[in-house]
Amino acid sequence: LWLEERLGLAGVREFIRHKSVPVHSATMWYYFGGITLFLFVIQVLTGILLLLYYRPTIGEAFESVQFITSRVEFGWLVRSIHSWSANLMILGAFIHMFSVVFLRAYRRPREVTWLSGVVLLGLALGFGFSGYLLPWNEVSYFATKVGTDMAASLPGIGPPLARYLRGGDDVGGATLTRFFGFHVAVLPGITTLVLLLHLALVQKHGISSPPRVEEEYRLRGQAVPQMPFFPNFFLRELMAWYAALGVLGSLAAIFPWELGVKADPFAPAPAGIRPEWYFLAPFYTLKLLPSHVWIIEGELLGLIGFALLGVFWVLLPFWAVNREGIERKRLVTGAGVALLAYLATFSALGYWK
Amino acid sequence: MSGRRLALGLAAVFAASGAAKDSCLECHSSLDGRLQAPAAAYANDIHRHRGFGCAACHGGDPSYDDPTIAMSPARGFRGKIARSAVPKLCAGCHSDANLMHKFNPRQRVDQYAQYLTSIHGKQIAAGDEAAANCVDCHSVHDIRNVKDPLTPVHPLRLPGTCARCHSDAARMAKYKIPTRQYDDYHGSVHWEALAKRGDLSAPSCASCHGNHGATPPQVASVAAVCGTCHVLLEDLFNKSPHQPVFASMGVAGCVVCHGNHEVRKPSAKMLAGTESVCSQCHEAASAGALAGVEMANLIGKLRQELDSSDRVLREAASAGMEVSEALLRQQEASENFVKARVAVHEFRVAAVGKPVADGLRIAAETRRAGEQALEEKDRRRIGLAISLVTIAVTMAGLWMAIRRIESPPA
Repeated sequence: LWLEERLGLAGVREFIRHKSVPVHSATMWYYFGGITLFLFVIQVLTGILLLLYYRPTIGEAFESVQFITSRVEFGWLVRSIHSWSANLMILGAFIHMFSVVFLRAYRRPREVTWLSGVVLLGLALGFGFSGYLLPWNEVSYFATKVGTDMAASLPGIGPPLARYLRGGDDVGGATLTRFFGFHVAVLPGITTLVLLLHLALVQKHGISSPPRVEEEYRLRGQAVPQMPFFPNFFLRELMAWYAALGVLGSLAAIFPWELGVKADPFAPAPAGIRPEWYFLAPFYTLKLLPSHVWIIEGELLGLIGFALLGVFWVLLPFWAVNREGIERKRLVTGAGVALLAYLATFSALGYWK
Repeated sequence: MSGRRLALGLAAVFAASGAAKDSCLECHSSLDGRLQAPAAAYANDIHRHRGFGCAACHGGDPSYDDPTIAMSPARGFRGKIARSAVPKLCAGCHSDANLMHKFNPRQRVDQYAQYLTSIHGKQIAAGDEAAANCVDCHSVHDIRNVKDPLTPVHPLRLPGTCARCHSDAARMAKYKIPTRQYDDYHGSVHWEALAKRGDLSAPSCASCHGNHGATPPQVASVAAVCGTCHVLLEDLFNKSPHQPVFASMGVAGCVVCHGNHEVRKPSAKMLAGTESVCSQCHEAASAGALAGVEMANLIGKLRQELDSSDRVLREAASAGMEVSEALLRQQEASENFVKARVAVHEFRVAAVGKPVADGLRIAAETRRAGEQALEEKDRRRIGLAISLVTIAVTMAGLWMAIRRIESPPA
């Protein structure tokens, strides 16, 4: 009552009481947004714990991570969970995104929810790219070199962008400090704001039912069945979180994340250097491109292609409906399947070749 | 010499003009057999690439098509060069610093002077036409840069080049020198490093015998020859009780135990047992033989402990455990193993005992670290199992709660 008087929680309680989730054959895909959120919370918590010991300088970064994994009580577990959770979170975000595409949840009035979601995926990839360098090991050092070299090949803004990212002409101490800043301050700040917007929009618009399910029930003259968000859906989501925690714990304990060897900027790049799995598809595509296509550099052409593809994908809710307001279902499904097939195939090729 | 100067002058003119007429090549290219071979081979010759024609060595005037003029003695034609005259002919340019440094400022010009001190040079001077001269090693008419992999004096090909003469029993018979060197060298660690590992700095014939000044090292200088690379071992051997004894016996230091051309991979077996080299001089129960056995046992014990520790650390590392510090420490133990093997050349048990004791202490530490990592791995598995059971029980509880909420009221 005391809190009620001061915070006015009755409105929140009322909102939760009336919030519901559609029940149909594809309800399971609704859990992945929550799982991604759960893994993000784990990232924040384990990240804070790692911050207690991590030191972002080239002389101490590797050693401090080594200290965390070998000396700090449960440090190995915290670091391993942080690394595995990062990967599972990005996997969860991709599954969530494709489920939104195939269940057509991006439709009016959820365009901004889609846009904020794509921005969140971009931020997650930014977390991955900046966090990968922080242990300052051989693989992360050269992967960052390759990644920032790609940025440098962009026309006009490329060189100053690469210089800004690196804090100099090459990957070094300034890059590490700045990537650390991005990873623990800039990106979390932006992510928190966009995430709050994303969640607020999800609450505002409710959970979307796929058009085919709506149509099916409309023909029967019924409404799509719903389950109360609290406690029914919430308890199921909790089960999904526990399952995710079990998978995460098992991966972290059975396959502790390797630290590798300390980066040596003067050593030649080791053979078979490649980025994290979620950057493999574009990485392998750029590798396949010839040095020049007509008069344009192959790498530049690839980057322009990815940029256009990104814009096309971000604007999906806007081209998914034609001027007459009719949905381009086949085009959206085709584009989704094509993108999924491309990412799966090229990631596999990039990993095995 | 005037003809030679004329030839060199012409060569320089042709090189400068860029489109030099060379009737020697033109004519000999159209001939057959042995008369054509030099012209064909000369396409790859470094001298041709530097602008020198046949006349630079053979004299004559290649600007004339008529062979009677081009190959007339009046125009300095010398024809086939006698074997004994080859070194001096080559030296005409290769000992001339002013000329050679136009092509390569770092080029040595003392080859001829060295050659005269070599056994080959001395034999030639004594009238032995069969002794090796420049072209026997560098080839003739297709002489390549010494860094060219196809030159007979490239490190990978040099042993075979020397063997062409030195493995020929008939040719060597009159010099009364053995012909097994090449076969022996093929079984050596030096050959393995050179040919199998591709280490071009690994020793071949010229590394110990010299190249232009090729002379067999004498008994007293063998340790110095080996010591050019194995500096520390030479130093230890010189301080050892064996050095004065071997010197008084007139036997070559390193060669007594390791051989010369067939230097095998050394091991502790050389100190004791059936393959012991100590037994060549020391009787079975003598103090020297017993010291050898003791040193072999010390080194063997350290090897055994290092292998055991390595196994444990590898197992822990492959299970994903963080043992990098122990692996780094293990390298220190391995360094002590190397030190112990090196210390053998001092031939004192105490000298070997010190690094062995240090190595054993570190190996015990690293093995313990590996065992602790494996114990930690087991604890992690148990912790994971407990966590998974707890998660499963919680999930079952949640499922039951959902069922209860969703079951229709009785």
